[in-house]
Amino acid sequence: MDKHSLVIIGGGPAGMAAAVEARKNGIDDIVIYERDDRLGGILNQCIHNGFGLHTFKEELTGPEYAGRFIEQTEQLGIHFETGSMVLSVSRDKEITVVSRDKGLKTVKADAVILAMGCRERPHGALNIPGMRPQGIYTAGTAQKMVNCEGWVPGKEVVILGSGDIGLIMARRMTLEGAHVKLVAELMPYSGGLKRNIVQCLDDYGIPLKLSHTVTDIKGKRKLEGVTIAEVDKTGAPIPGTEEYYPCDTLLLSCGLIPENELSLGAGVSINGATNGPIVDDRLETDVDGVFACGNVLHVHDLVDFVSEESGRAGRNAAEYIKNGGKKENAPQKISVSPGDGVRYTVPSTIDTANVSENVHLRFRVRDVYKGCSIVVSSGERELLRKKKKIMVPSEMEDVILKKDILSDAQDITVTITGGGV
Amino acid sequence: MDNRIYDAAVIGGGVIGCAAARELSRYKLDVVVLERESDVCEGTSKANSAIIHAGFDAMPGTLKARFNVEGNKMMDSVSKELDIPFTRNGAMVVCWKESELETLEKLYERGLQNGVEGLRILKGDEARELEPSLSPQVYAALYAPTSGIVCPFEMTIAFAENACANGAQFELMTEVTAIKREDDIFVISTTKGEFRARVVLNCAGVYADAVHNMVETPDFSITARKGEYMLLDKSAGSTVSATIFQVPSEMGKGVLVSPTVHGNLIVGPTAKDIGDKEDISTTRAGLDAVKSVSARSVSGVPYNKVITSFSGLRATGSTGDFIIRDCGCFIDAAGIESPGLSSAPAIAVYLTQLVCERLHPEKKQDFDPIRKGIPKLAQLGYDERERLIKERPDYGQIVCRCEQISEGEILDSIRRPLGATTLDGVKRRVRAGMGRCQAGFCSPRVIELLAQELDIPLWEVKKNG
Repeated sequence: MDKHSLVIIGGGPAGMAAAVEARKNGIDDIVIYERDDRLGGILNQCIHNGFGLHTFKEELTGPEYAGRFIEQTEQLGIHFETGSMVLSVSRDKEITVVSRDKGLKTVKADAVILAMGCRERPHGALNIPGMRPQGIYTAGTAQKMVNCEGWVPGKEVVILGSGDIGLIMARRMTLEGAHVKLVAELMPYSGGLKRNIVQCLDDYGIPLKLSHTVTDIKGKRKLEGVTIAEVDKTGAPIPGTEEYYPCDTLLLSCGLIPENELSLGAGVSINGATNGPIVDDRLETDVDGVFACGNVLHVHDLVDFVSEESGRAGRNAAEYIKNGGKKENAPQKISVSPGDGVRYTVPSTIDTANVSENVHLRFRVRDVYKGCSIVVSSGERELLRKKKKIMVPSEMEDVILKKDILSDAQDITVTITGGGV
Repeated sequence: MDNRIYDAAVIGGGVIGCAAARELSRYKLDVVVLERESDVCEGTSKANSAIIHAGFDAMPGTLKARFNVEGNKMMDSVSKELDIPFTRNGAMVVCWKESELETLEKLYERGLQNGVEGLRILKGDEARELEPSLSPQVYAALYAPTSGIVCPFEMTIAFAENACANGAQFELMTEVTAIKREDDIFVISTTKGEFRARVVLNCAGVYADAVHNMVETPDFSITARKGEYMLLDKSAGSTVSATIFQVPSEMGKGVLVSPTVHGNLIVGPTAKDIGDKEDISTTRAGLDAVKSVSARSVSGVPYNKVITSFSGLRATGSTGDFIIRDCGCFIDAAGIESPGLSSAPAIAVYLTQLVCERLHPEKKQDFDPIRKGIPKLAQLGYDERERLIKERPDYGQIVCRCEQISEGEILDSIRRPLGATTLDGVKRRVRAGMGRCQAGFCSPRVIELLAQELDIPLWEVKKNG
């Protein structure tokens, strides 16, 4: 059986950033397995701009952003295999992979980085009543058709869900000559970034109806129209508010789900709030030597944050490999828990005896909060307090815990206090 | 216009029509199947519980009882010959009160009379020992070990493919609009011209009444009875191992919870008679009912793992039983509601007998009962999989990541006789797009492959129909 120091599953932005940092930190024997026929992952279909403002201090398109990392990957001589689908990962880090050229093979790794990304919540999972005709696509599938395959799936479009891909596709379909009638969002707030609402909907006069959903789908073979209704606070449609919209295309942007079937197979524990692995401050899962980063860990808003996080995973995996899996000091794990107003945190634990660098604490709030503070506390002690004008569930929060304040910290809770909803 | 005179024209390419075509193809007969959709298995056969019932439910002496039990017994050999998945996972009918035990006993007695083997009545705790997810309220259960699960798509398609390989002709997109008797020949008008046949088999599902009435005296009707279902991710597939039915009670007929033969979990169906025989929509009330009613028998079904919901139409006949009879070379196979799928192999044999009584054909010496399915790479052992990929590298190129379906399998599904021409056709043959992302990732590539193989532009590739 072939052996490698580090196997990275997924050659999107997360996998490449992890590989680059691991290589820079002294790991030579790296292999990236990518199921698509090229590196870049989902960025390859994101031909709009707005990527790279944090990482490269300039505005790039998705393929350009991916291109920067592909260049680095190649320059550093990192080995990658495309068209290679990992079928399973075992607890002792044996990876079975299949490809057209190499057939089926199993390799053994000292460390594994999970970087498989996420998938879109499909139509079927939404339990929308009605028919199931042609013309219903997730926004990302439509994005691939329009941007990579070169054809537009319809002319009269309704979008359900205001996730970022849905907003981007509202603009994209408009630019391709389609008529986007509206974006309906079940929640009372948008699922996407503010800048995308402005640049993709407002600039094109596309209405966003919050607290609305699709309650019926018409058309046996081809989509003929959808019924949109307002929903109450529990999300139930309010009778009498139904409006029928004739359309040939319904795009869905109703959430992203980290793709962790391989992680589960390896015995990795999953956080019920993120649907991603439970990790410590080094982004290591509860399976020794298996790390996770990017959208497989938790869904990010910006690829720049994915790259930053994945770089850390790469550095930590490199250190793990160089130390033969041994920690410098006896581990002392404290928990990091979401308190009032916080849905989840990444990481879930910190090993205070072996903190390698400042800890990025990332989380999402439960609701819209105005003029509130983020409070990170350790027992009675307040480690950090940060005032925020506004916080929304669709924008990830990020606070940095300095290495030196963690040495004697106890279990940590993150809460939102003050101000109003 | 087709001037040929077929020996038998089968109207409807559902499981009954396709199974009948296969049985007929054992004989020296010219057989044509007329199907209005672009593929077989497009009606009731594609949207049902996918259960091979044991046969205790139907009243003794009915055609339902007879063909269900016979069909169930045939499934071992049929599944081997046709290379289709079939598992005898057993079934339980659960009740909640002592007073309902009487109904279980009645079903038990009925089962004995129908010839069902291995039936037992279990106390609540015994049943929970076998099925730990059963609700604590379950008082007793009738256990039927011969009940099984099958893939209704692959079963129907396999019957059709084997019939085709043995000379039966399939005419798709061919909707029957009128039938005339001319001397001893039927002239069948369709959207694709006229067909002539000596014998007609009416396997037209929810439209079997309309087809019957084109040429015979109306004496029955078919009502479409809608059933709504939810299908859950494979990670929920082991919630139960047997098929869990509910005893009919004042709360209604109940819904079933069952693993599928592919390892998903299926919950449903509701039962509602509807007027529109094309209405396969789901409803909020129906889906809510599936959830609430199922909770009576099985605790903790993880409804956050639903990957799709759908509804199907049962062809409920006005007589209460299957209507299978020869009206003078016009042979009805009507009212084939549950247990229709289970009965299909036996009904096909019986229909063929009726045809033989009319036409006295000779047996074909070269009839080949064996159909080899498309290899299911994801289910093969390591060595076998490796060997196949060496032979055919496209078996190593995964297109559908959720179900791990390769490009080679998808191409096979398109290139076979009676191959797929739509996304749904590919999905039903090889399961690409059947998984948790519901074709989000693979459909652009499957569309490309269909376009390439059918030599049409990408935008003309259809989901169905």
